[in-house]
Amino acid sequence: MAQARSRSSRIRLGIAEHATGIIASLLFLAPIVWTVLSAFKPSQEARLPPLPPWPTSGFSVENYGTLNTFGDGLWLPAQNSIYVSVMTVVFSVIVSVLAGYGFSRFRFPFKDMLFVIILSTIMIPFQSILTPIFLVLTKVGLHNTLTGLVFVYVTLQLPFSIFMMRNAFDAVPREIEEAARMDGANNVTMLLQVMLPLVWPGIVTIALFAFLGAWNEFLAALVLMTDQSKFTLPIMMTALQSGRFGAIDWGAVQAGVTVMMVPCLILFLALQRFYIRGLMAGAVK
Amino acid sequence: MTTITAETSAPARPRKLVGAGRRQWIGLLYVAPAVALVTVFFIIPLGMTAWMSLHNWPLMGEHSYVGLDNYWAILRDTRFWNALRFTGWYTLVVTIAIFAVAFPLAIFIERPRALTNVYRTAFFMPAVIGFASASLLWSWLLNVDSGLFSPAVYDLGLTEKKFNLLATFQPAFWSIIAMVVWKVAGFTMIILMTGLQSIPSELQEAAMIDGAGPFARFRAITLPLMRRTLALALILSVAGSILAFDQFYIILRGGPRNQTLTAVYWIFNQSFVSFKLGYGAALSMILLLILVVLSLVQLWLLRKPEGVD
Repeated sequence: MAQARSRSSRIRLGIAEHATGIIASLLFLAPIVWTVLSAFKPSQEARLPPLPPWPTSGFSVENYGTLNTFGDGLWLPAQNSIYVSVMTVVFSVIVSVLAGYGFSRFRFPFKDMLFVIILSTIMIPFQSILTPIFLVLTKVGLHNTLTGLVFVYVTLQLPFSIFMMRNAFDAVPREIEEAARMDGANNVTMLLQVMLPLVWPGIVTIALFAFLGAWNEFLAALVLMTDQSKFTLPIMMTALQSGRFGAIDWGAVQAGVTVMMVPCLILFLALQRFYIRGLMAGAVK
Repeated sequence: MTTITAETSAPARPRKLVGAGRRQWIGLLYVAPAVALVTVFFIIPLGMTAWMSLHNWPLMGEHSYVGLDNYWAILRDTRFWNALRFTGWYTLVVTIAIFAVAFPLAIFIERPRALTNVYRTAFFMPAVIGFASASLLWSWLLNVDSGLFSPAVYDLGLTEKKFNLLATFQPAFWSIIAMVVWKVAGFTMIILMTGLQSIPSELQEAAMIDGAGPFARFRAITLPLMRRTLALALILSVAGSILAFDQFYIILRGGPRNQTLTAVYWIFNQSFVSFKLGYGAALSMILLLILVVLSLVQLWLLRKPEGVD
């Protein structure tokens, strides 16, 4: 009797818990789903309040077409965003792998000081040094170029990614290296053929953070990219949403937001393990 | 066995010593690109900010040394102090709101049960999209004519006409809070979850056997043992909020009536709209100082507990 009651109360508790979980999940997912679905409405319908969120007068990609008619179109800023994000990933991985290896495996003068300086830049908000960065970029002829923006983004990634990579290299047992050195491996082959396969989870993590950081960054791109042909997606979409290209077309905004969100969501779902790993590493240390 | 090691290591030793000396210096080459980037794009700009803050520095034309004039001007700049006060208020409210949502979520997903992973992923999804995307998305949802909230409430007959959420301060402010909580709670939740998971379950069980209720256990075990995680989540939230810009720029343009200008927004306006670069640099120095003090507080809060490694 008592057992039966405790069992039924446990089931009731389970139902309550899952109801809470499902409702909370829906609340968090709703705005994303709402936007993605509404973007598929025909232009006319997309202007009306999104009730219901799904298209009622037929499925259409008209909004993506409309989006493409504003300013320089959709493809150019998308291309800019892809270029900046991919280059940020490539350069921050190369620079951090080299630096992580250097800091983990070598003893050289000023080593600790340099490491602390690089790490402590995370305490300084980049928002407060944007003007001088603008002037430095002008000085070196990278003013208003996507490459200049890439350099800035890579620098912003370095404290986190060098910290990650140094820890990754530290975790590789020295015996593996010594064995390879016995076999005559020099520094470069050691790094590329022996170490890289062992630290690749760390590399995936820093690549993921670098991509998301560059893809989503707003203020630096807003300040540094003054030429419309150099706009990244967030800047182009904000210009559109502010009415810079005439009346605001909310259907085009939904389509643009979808284009900006979907790569992040896909990458996160595919590489969730690595993302959480990065967060944990940052949180524990 | 012993003879083999002796044979291989004996001739290797002198070579290794010479090689080792040279090899160690090579380390400097490996870290050189990183050091160069940080120097050019961080250290030099940082020095320049301090230098520029002592100058009258227009975008075009010559700059001139003005000593501490920019800093005296800041003292009289009531709009900057208003922006700073608003930033402080926003930081306080949003941090409390984020924790109020994230802590229960962290406790909810920490207990392993069916579907936990699905729930965790769902709660975390808004955290991976950018602040700009999230702001654009919500600027649509909050729009009075084409959005979701005002028309939905109107359709339900709760308001006589469509209520513009973004036209007056209070509803606009709380709309931003709602948006940021939606966007950030999942992130804070994961951080808090790592803290919860690090608490040994035997401790909780022992307390339960001693008859401690859930609230007593939370206060006596969970909170103290989570001090460092809590401090980290708190600092991340506070630092992020003090630097808030995207959502106020994209959704509200600092309005209504410039009431939601944050500190970074004001610096942005002075530097890149009015092109008073020297004055903007002086304002930046104040912001920098605030963040550095915050980081020092963080280091103190995150110190390892005494006697524990």
